[in-house]
Amino acid sequence: MIRVDGQGNGKSLIQVRGLSKTYRRGGEEIQVLQRLNLDVDKGDFVGFMGPSGSGKTTLLNLLGGLDVPTHGSITVDGDEITHMSGSKLTKWRARHVGFVFQMYNLIPVLTAYQNVELPLLLTKLSGSERRKHVETALSVVGLADRMSHYPRQLSGGQEQRVTIARAIVSDPTFLLCDEPTGDLDRKSADEIMALIEELVGKHGKTVLMVTHDPVVAARAHTTLHLEKGVLVEASKLEQGVVAGGVR
Amino acid sequence: MKFRSLIFANLFRKKIRLILTIGSFAISLVLFTFLAVVNSAFNRGIDIAGADRLVIVSRVGLMQVMPVSYGDQVRAIPGVKYVTHDHWFGGVYQDEKNFFPQFVIDAENHRKVYPEFIVPDDQWNTFVKDQQGAIAGAKTAKRFGWKVGDRIPIKNTLYGPTKTWEFNLDGIYHTEKPDGDEGQFWLQWKNFDENIPDSIKDRMKSTAGWYILKLDSPDDSVRVAKAIDTKFANSSYETKTETESAFAAGFAKQFGNIEFLILSVGSVVFFTLLLVTGNTMAISVRERTAELAVLKAIGVTDSSVLFLVLAESTMIALFGGVLGLLLAWAAIPVISAAVTGLLPPLLLSKTMLSFGLVFAVLVGIVSGLIPGIGAMRMRVVNALRRV
Repeated sequence: MIRVDGQGNGKSLIQVRGLSKTYRRGGEEIQVLQRLNLDVDKGDFVGFMGPSGSGKTTLLNLLGGLDVPTHGSITVDGDEITHMSGSKLTKWRARHVGFVFQMYNLIPVLTAYQNVELPLLLTKLSGSERRKHVETALSVVGLADRMSHYPRQLSGGQEQRVTIARAIVSDPTFLLCDEPTGDLDRKSADEIMALIEELVGKHGKTVLMVTHDPVVAARAHTTLHLEKGVLVEASKLEQGVVAGGVR
Repeated sequence: MKFRSLIFANLFRKKIRLILTIGSFAISLVLFTFLAVVNSAFNRGIDIAGADRLVIVSRVGLMQVMPVSYGDQVRAIPGVKYVTHDHWFGGVYQDEKNFFPQFVIDAENHRKVYPEFIVPDDQWNTFVKDQQGAIAGAKTAKRFGWKVGDRIPIKNTLYGPTKTWEFNLDGIYHTEKPDGDEGQFWLQWKNFDENIPDSIKDRMKSTAGWYILKLDSPDDSVRVAKAIDTKFANSSYETKTETESAFAAGFAKQFGNIEFLILSVGSVVFFTLLLVTGNTMAISVRERTAELAVLKAIGVTDSSVLFLVLAESTMIALFGGVLGLLLAWAAIPVISAAVTGLLPPLLLSKTMLSFGLVFAVLVGIVSGLIPGIGAMRMRVVNALRRV
């Protein structure tokens, strides 16, 4: 169950408490996130919506350990990441987070196989074990026959599939998707969303996704709106509010 | 190295830029190596100088002669083991361009003082008995196609009117070390002394250009040098005695401060290489900001990012370095042949090749440091925001 009131039972996969983020631009302080609370259980699929500058990507960066909050804490699977050192956070990301970016961000000079293999190069897996994992991940995203293709030889949708394969290949604790369909046409976007739904439904992945697109957001189990740095409402209210939680 | 494929893929990402950078690097390194080889050629005498040898020259200058009778007086000084003397002959073979160093030697003692020049005993014995005899270095003999038994005409313009001297090539010498000087030509002092042109006889008869002496121990060098110069002080032929290496260094300095020149040009080359490679790496890293950010996002550590950049810059430098050294290796013998007589033999030794490679790697590492540290310190969030 997803909660935004900070009243979770402490067993959630991701627990966010009193999270604030303030940027200083010139002499001005800009508060992007204000005392956010969030509880996400394993296997949840959360969509974050909101206007530009509402803090969606900042929240995703904080959850992914790419940025540090001004106040508050983030605990993932029992590890509080907010006070980790830079190097520890890097190792934590390698183990726990799979990133899917809007612009795919594949390495253009590496094949699909080599791109997907990158996170595994940070592990102690042997070459044959890595190959097994990469082939599995590419099969899951339906690109087993495109392993030796370079990104320029793939369509946008296929590139995003490779990005998803790269994100899941090391079996991370959760996936962070920043506008995963933002650069795709509707058909490709539907296919990518179907794939993400499959990862959640069939493979039990936990997914947190930022999107501008209400159609895409509707595919998530729950949609949370960020307005001026505050989580203000849930999209699937028709499914009912349960004790401050949303389902 | 698990990131090998990534390093190589990045390296060949912009092939034209890579080729141009490697080309610039290689050409600069050829220049640098050539300068180093010239410097080494001028200093070779210093490097191979015996620690237990002293050289006596006239205090007035190298071109002034001394009486040959000094030899016996010097030999009598305690600590002196052997004494020999040389003269500069200064002729040419057939043509002005066929210049090579010729020395009038004291056949009796030369071999004792210079054991590093190896002449077969039978050839040496023939030479000693043959007043018109000569010994050539293997390189000079090869250059002119001489063989033992040939009659060699050498035209001399240094002593009086032009005169062609003819010598019997009795032997060919080699050196112990592969980079030793095998370019000399020796003729007998007795022959020279008896055939000095009349016009300079009163000045040159029974003289030596310089003396070389071998000591019982290198520890005696200061004492013996002082004793010799004191002995001949206030005479008509005052002397200046110094170690062979100091003499060779002084001789090299006659051509100007080669070392300073080479150091200056070498420094310019070094900084040019740094700028060329550094600029390439800076552009390359800037172009890949998003990719590096993604690598960091998925868990590649800051130090690994630095390593990736340094590995790339070092590979560029290494490719450029190897190509440059190969070009130098091919070109230097050709240049050496073309400037024979004008410059000492130019030799690219294994030490210089190794130094060249180390130099290339050093340039690679240093040039990659600034962009590498920039990439290392780059904040993932900021880098991704720029995409």
